[in-house]
Amino acid sequence: MPNYQWPSADKRKVIGKRMNRVDGPAKASGRAKYTYDTVRENMLYAHSVRCPHAHAKVTSIDTSAAEKLPGVAAVHVVNGSGKEIFWAGTDVVAVAAVDEPTARDAVRLIKVEYEQLPHLVLDFKEPDLAEAEKSEWYKVAEKATQGDPAAGFQQSEVVHEGHYGSPVITHCCLETHGSIAEWPDSDHMFLHISTQNVPGIGEQVANAIGMPAANVHVHQDHVGGGFGSKLGLDPWGVIVGQLSKKTGKPVKMMLDRKPELETAGCRPSAYARVKVGAKKDGTLLAWESYSWGSGGVGGGGSPPLPYVWKVPNQQKQHVNIVNNIGPARAWRAPNHPQACVLTMCPLDDLAAKLNMDTFDFVKKNIDLLDPRSKIYSEELDVADKLMGWKARWHPRGDKTRGPVKRGLGLALHTWGGRGHSSNCDLSIHPDGSVEVKMGTQDIGTGTRTSILQVAADTLGVAIDNIKLLIGDSDYPRDSASGGSSTIGGVSSATFRAAVDAREQLFAKVAPALNAQPADLEVADGKVRVASSPGRSLSWRDACSKLGAQTITTRGTNPDPDKGDLINSGVGGVQMADVSVDTETGIVKINKMVGVQDCGLVISPKQAESQVLGAMIMGVSYALYEEKVMDQTTGTMLNSNMDTYRLAGLGDVGELVVHLMSGPGYDERGVIGIGEPPTVSPGAAISNAVANAIGVRVPYLPLTPDRVLEALETAQTEGGRA
Amino acid sequence: MRAFEYTSPKEKQQAVGLLGRQWNDAEVLAGGSDLLGLMKDDIVHPKRLVNVKDMDELRGISFTPEHGLRIGSLETLIEISQDAQVKQHYPMLAHAAGDAASPQIRNVATIGGNMCQRPRCWWFRNGFGLLATGPDGKSLVPDGDNRYHAILGNEGPAYFVSPSTVAPVLIAYNASIRLFGPNGRRELPLQKFFVVPKTDGEREHDLRPNEIVTDIVVPAPPAGAKVAHYEVRQKEAFDWPYATASVLLQMSGGTVRWARVVLSHVAPVPWVSNEAAQALAGKSIFEQTADAAGQAAVANARSLGRNKHKITLARVAVKRAILQATQGGRA
Repeated sequence: MPNYQWPSADKRKVIGKRMNRVDGPAKASGRAKYTYDTVRENMLYAHSVRCPHAHAKVTSIDTSAAEKLPGVAAVHVVNGSGKEIFWAGTDVVAVAAVDEPTARDAVRLIKVEYEQLPHLVLDFKEPDLAEAEKSEWYKVAEKATQGDPAAGFQQSEVVHEGHYGSPVITHCCLETHGSIAEWPDSDHMFLHISTQNVPGIGEQVANAIGMPAANVHVHQDHVGGGFGSKLGLDPWGVIVGQLSKKTGKPVKMMLDRKPELETAGCRPSAYARVKVGAKKDGTLLAWESYSWGSGGVGGGGSPPLPYVWKVPNQQKQHVNIVNNIGPARAWRAPNHPQACVLTMCPLDDLAAKLNMDTFDFVKKNIDLLDPRSKIYSEELDVADKLMGWKARWHPRGDKTRGPVKRGLGLALHTWGGRGHSSNCDLSIHPDGSVEVKMGTQDIGTGTRTSILQVAADTLGVAIDNIKLLIGDSDYPRDSASGGSSTIGGVSSATFRAAVDAREQLFAKVAPALNAQPADLEVADGKVRVASSPGRSLSWRDACSKLGAQTITTRGTNPDPDKGDLINSGVGGVQMADVSVDTETGIVKINKMVGVQDCGLVISPKQAESQVLGAMIMGVSYALYEEKVMDQTTGTMLNSNMDTYRLAGLGDVGELVVHLMSGPGYDERGVIGIGEPPTVSPGAAISNAVANAIGVRVPYLPLTPDRVLEALETAQTEGGRA
Repeated sequence: MRAFEYTSPKEKQQAVGLLGRQWNDAEVLAGGSDLLGLMKDDIVHPKRLVNVKDMDELRGISFTPEHGLRIGSLETLIEISQDAQVKQHYPMLAHAAGDAASPQIRNVATIGGNMCQRPRCWWFRNGFGLLATGPDGKSLVPDGDNRYHAILGNEGPAYFVSPSTVAPVLIAYNASIRLFGPNGRRELPLQKFFVVPKTDGEREHDLRPNEIVTDIVVPAPPAGAKVAHYEVRQKEAFDWPYATASVLLQMSGGTVRWARVVLSHVAPVPWVSNEAAQALAGKSIFEQTADAAGQAAVANARSLGRNKHKITLARVAVKRAILQATQGGRA
């Protein structure tokens, strides 16, 4: 039985090495083809009539003029007369035409009448509980209690209460949602789709269209961002399937930016009134929260409060606002960033009220961070060194002269990240070339590079020697890339396949080296006798011993018989250093430090890149992002990237990443990292702003209006006192 | 985008002949950085586009001490920001042109187009018309999310803000704009080019549907004038400012003889603040006088409900521009 454990640090030649992303040159040069870039022969373009109302019933549809327009190939009613529409931008009728302009012309010729129904698109105001229980716009969750909250607050010598929150934001994928469907014959569909779910999306589309899942073939080479919004079935995938079936031609539909921002996913808002209590020495005793938020008609789930802290006495209640914005979708660590803001900000305020450095407050209560107390404690120390926290921290309110104030903030986060179900077919050909086939996808996280690093390390060959095929549903079944589950799944499946293939190769080669298979090892492109490295064959010569027989092995995750390679549950600490112009309310990021645990790191550059990207996304939602809705018309006002604002390179400051690795971390096995580092930036930046200016800006994003209002409120209150 | 006829005249006379008598008959295409987006979003739908980029007489930047600066309307923002004469004599213009929008846009956007840029009001851009009219015929702005809307000149029905960050600088330099139409040339002070529409069918420029912008002319700044342009903008990357202030101070010894203070993104037109100018006259500049001028600039400002911060930000922009002008900071 071969050894299915990850090689020890001294044996790792490619795993853990700082390798560049293999798809980097193709992406940087524009050679990488996304679904958006894909053009099929005789392809038609689809466009749709979208409902302008946030809540309405379709009363009549007249498509006759559109059907007569030259160039229109098919008209497909998505939501027919009598259907209720729950958010503005919902597709009502779709058209396929010979080119995009014709499709758009046809859309303008379609007459749809609606009966408007009452809508709600706002969510900011604290719902009155008694009213919420009676209203159809609210779903009130049960009150949850642990310990004795009343006693906890009674024993608390210092109590703080405040409002906090973050608004609805969108995913804003740079490649919008969309797909191309075609029918090679009347029974089979071929789908190019921008997705995080190559293995699963075909079945979902098949179910919606009413055809066997086995008859749908899905392909995708690259995806320009998903962040959780491209996991499941979209109306657009079904629309192209149906239009393509009707017309017998490939049909492409990619969303414009406006529908992308309006309808292709949002992160629920979360607001709360939070009360926290502690002893004078900082011992955290009690938590009480009344939270609310909106994720559209389906609701948005409730943030896990209090986040990461096992506060001994706690009571919480959440109200879901059921309103008519676009639907909520998983957004990179669903509900965690909101929960982090609603927890780490009040605790930071409590620490300030205790006259404690938040760093010391966390250390004082480190046991309440069970089971990751030790990890957080070690990460805090690393972050302190990288940020110079202890040397530079000052109590609330930078006392230096001038309008620009500087401050530090921190936050903690967690995530699961266990590897998903995965299959890998690995072949070693007699000419020495290696082929790896997996039905997974690289959603920009560096999955290709990581798979290749595992295969190259295990077989002792160069990455260039390995052909990697992913992004196709005909390849061995994998899972959706969600929940930070990909790296654990693909690395262990690849590793097991490579170990088994290596064993089979050793069996064929051993006689030529006058050795037993168990005596052999691979290293530096050679197969050799471990105890006598001089006795070796080049990789190519060794493979030639296969004769005409290619080795093909299947590696699978999970596979309890073949090693314990993955794990779940990470901790992370982030610190932010900001400057706030107190005259303009403008917040600038000077520096952010992200310290992250993710077990054994397969590809450090890709893992660090995940943390960097997460921090940049975090700066965006902390400072800029907000889905602005208009209650009168029910529409999204900033469905354009000049007013739906994302951070540019000049806005993110210096970003420093440290991955916890080595003894104590590596032996945990591989854990996903895509989501956790997105959790802390909002709270860390908000805390840094509070530290700089001496008052809390309660709600994200920290725009000038909110910062100035907080300063003004503090001044008025201070004046009164 | 709706179908349109595309024309590409070589002569101005030809161009104005191709333009229509009413808006929506035709639109002038120069850089296209605003127009094409408006057409794709079906906010404007001209039946004809008149491409003016083939007209060489609309190009060129020239400067003489007697006549000042002449910029052809087709000059791009990047060209203006990098022109040696502009940098030397009109540093505030070089700064504003070089800091507008994004590098991609500065490479194609022309100065003529920048003057004619349509408002960024998010109701206008979502198809509710220039005056942001709701289903009941009332303006959506007062009761809606007006965080970016006007704080000055906001009696209605126009509540949007003038979007150009370059126009206020040119107005501070006392620039004029030259137009060409069927009756020949027309020149007017740039300040007068910007008007407040009273109905949805009007536009926010004193430009007839069959006129084109040919040149911007800027007198040589008075000797020893001190200038600065300050923009309150949250992002370093492409972003719209909350407020900008452009100031030109004519000094007499240590005191201000006269001043021009022009704000933008605060009103439906670039806003010339006589109040701020008066507050500065005869004063020597330090923090307090600069702040007093800022206060004077917003003395008549009024919040629409969600845009109170803009009053503060406009005031700070004026103060900082004045201080930078006199401290020889970034122009």
